[in-house]
Amino acid sequence: MSHIVLERLRRKFGDAILDTHSQHGNDTALVEPTKLSQIAEFLRDDRELQFDLPIDCTAVDYLGKRDVRFEVVYHLCSTKRRHRLRLKVQVTEADPSCPSLTAVWPGMNWHEREAWDLYGIRFTGHPNLKRVLMYEEFVGHPLRKDYPIDRRQPLIEMRPVAQVPTQKHPPAELLNKP
Amino acid sequence: MGDEQLLQNDVIVTRKAELESWLVRATQTAVNWGRKYSLFGYPFVTACCAMEYMAVNSPRYDLAQFGAEYPRFSPRQADLLWIVGTISQKQAPILRRVYEQMCDPKWVIAFGVCASTGGFYDNYTTVQGADQVIPVDVYIPGCPPRPEQVLDGLRLLQDKIQREHGRLVGTR
Repeated sequence: MSHIVLERLRRKFGDAILDTHSQHGNDTALVEPTKLSQIAEFLRDDRELQFDLPIDCTAVDYLGKRDVRFEVVYHLCSTKRRHRLRLKVQVTEADPSCPSLTAVWPGMNWHEREAWDLYGIRFTGHPNLKRVLMYEEFVGHPLRKDYPIDRRQPLIEMRPVAQVPTQKHPPAELLNKP
Repeated sequence: MGDEQLLQNDVIVTRKAELESWLVRATQTAVNWGRKYSLFGYPFVTACCAMEYMAVNSPRYDLAQFGAEYPRFSPRQADLLWIVGTISQKQAPILRRVYEQMCDPKWVIAFGVCASTGGFYDNYTTVQGADQVIPVDVYIPGCPPRPEQVLDGLRLLQDKIQREHGRLVGTR
């Protein structure tokens, strides 16, 4: 049963499906970014598939591990046909953009905003690509592997770190005075 | 007059001054006694420690037996600020504002390890201890702390309030 989805995808889109595997029953397809929207629409509308539930959209940073730095990962579910599918798209560091799937599944809206907020993936065609977790004043994308682990960007001025109040003793020469 | 001057100069204490200072001390002791057993808490609850806060407030552990019974959900009516949970950088301005809205005298308890030091959230989004935002009187460690620990922290604060002086009126 598990191969139905990948079979149909391969038959329909051919070369646009760059790679597939289905380890432990997890169907995964690496697809061409330019064809992503068409593939998504096909997955939603095809009678045999009917992927109607967008589970998640997130990103992975393969800094120093792969040539293409980012990978955008979509998780989809079909409540009618009981299918699950993982779609992957590779995104370069020079131009970290990827077509938005908000038009296909409105539920992708905030997931894509989160991926933009934390990884800096620009989703082209997204209606409202603003930060969703961090504050607007935040500079950078904190889950990128090159974001310094100890960089803080406080919104207000911080007090000096916990100072243990010292006991007020008079100077020693005063104490020893007869 | 500072301690140094007191030690350097001979101080003459008249009976009138002695009586006055006795009166101030006695009044302060009485006021402190009243303050420490009528703490009105404002729970600034941001995370999972809230569960333990509820447990402390509920009949089994019964915060009321120490006079800190009634949570006020307006900082203007509270004199004890419970910081219960993680303080994120986004929350920090809100916390400071809540603290500034409270009337003097006011005290702060950091409830749990996140509020005390940031806990294991040593990352881009978490304030490393609420004391970087506002002054804290008592830190209660634990993730989350046991109710007994919380009650111990409250007793520590009460002891601190009883020992206070120079805060009869006015700010700290």
